[in-house]
Amino acid sequence: MATPTSGFTGRRQNRGANLPPGQYLTDSFPVMSAGPTPHVLLRDWSFQIAAGPGRTHRWSWEELQALPQEDVTTDIHCVTHWSKFGTTWRGVTLDTLFEDVESDAEYTMVHSYGGYTTNVPLDDLLDGKAWLVHEFDGEPLPSAHGGPARLLVPHLYFWKSAKWVSGIRMMDQDLPGFWETNGYNMYGDPWREERYW
Amino acid sequence: MRRTWQTAQVSAARPETADARTIRLRFPEPVTGTAGQHVDLRLTAEDGYQAVRSYSVAAWVPPYELEVTVEELDDGEVSPFLVGVLAVGDDLEVRGPVGGWFTWTPDNGGPLQLIAGGSGVVPLMAMLRSHSESRSAVPARLLYSVRSPASMFYGGELAVIGQENSQVRLDIAYSREAPEGATAGRLTHEAVTASCFPPEDAPAIYICGSTGFVEAVSSWLVEDGHEPARIRTERYGG
Repeated sequence: MATPTSGFTGRRQNRGANLPPGQYLTDSFPVMSAGPTPHVLLRDWSFQIAAGPGRTHRWSWEELQALPQEDVTTDIHCVTHWSKFGTTWRGVTLDTLFEDVESDAEYTMVHSYGGYTTNVPLDDLLDGKAWLVHEFDGEPLPSAHGGPARLLVPHLYFWKSAKWVSGIRMMDQDLPGFWETNGYNMYGDPWREERYW
Repeated sequence: MRRTWQTAQVSAARPETADARTIRLRFPEPVTGTAGQHVDLRLTAEDGYQAVRSYSVAAWVPPYELEVTVEELDDGEVSPFLVGVLAVGDDLEVRGPVGGWFTWTPDNGGPLQLIAGGSGVVPLMAMLRSHSESRSAVPARLLYSVRSPASMFYGGELAVIGQENSQVRLDIAYSREAPEGATAGRLTHEAVTASCFPPEDAPAIYICGSTGFVEAVSSWLVEDGHEPARIRTERYGG
């Protein structure tokens, strides 16, 4: 155990076992992003999964809305040390979107409007672990928080839940995305504190 | 960058404002980094309870030291301790420096446009200091929005940089209370446009402040025609 910091008592929160190491709870919803917020019109919006040449699956906004929708309540954990419990979202599970995708690739690069990218292993997007969400707290997702739609991968640090998401490209090997080339971990498990390189 | 925790000692501390203070940390080994990076500080209570927060580096003092500036938050757990309790000679655990995006080195060129809201000036001050120390010929501007003259960080040093370095222009915007000869009011799109290098100069733009500040200023600059990819943002509380 580390040596106590002289005079520091701290303010313990009633947090149970749900708070990963090095995190603190917040009731607000801080924003972390690298640049200006892109504003994407719904009529220009689309989402695609690129599995290889000639194997691109694409959805318009209307097509996304016509898919089965799920309500998700989950805790989220940001690498900048805040966590927020019981956030509520609505969107489409990636299992639905990947249903007809044929690929042997085990890794993915998630792309966003505005150029942001982040890498996520395919296994972490499937089996009820990830969603393409367009509502937060019962309201359309605000652009500052990633609207029209963002990825939600709550078991990884929140930078993996890419805002303004535009598509997913399958990759045979695990390549770093934007934050991952700027000092942050390739995988980002909050329970193992995989924050940085 | 170091991902393991190191013990650093508080070698100096000085108040910046009534509720903010600059803390100098001395490491057992040389510490290097880039302007704009942050460090994680970890505090441990007697019973083993720990709290971790990230703070931007304000100044590099090679080879063994760096400085952070911490503003006390009303409902904060860590910042009131760092501002009001921590004493020179105390030890702190530190990880980092960390971060490779919201950074500037003289090699990055410019022009360099810095825009700060409140305590968001801290990483931008590190960039301005780096600019000064390297005697960079890159033209640089800082637009610094503060509530009042009393809430300004690094006031004396900024005045000196502004007077002595003809490559640097400083614009201070006062939102609540202004000194004589200036007027106070909400920062406007027009004021930001007037303080900034124009889009045709293709400045490298760094904006740091609250989420509302960063959202407003960055969207004005995109409207003005600045390339979004040239605008880097960081928000405190995020």
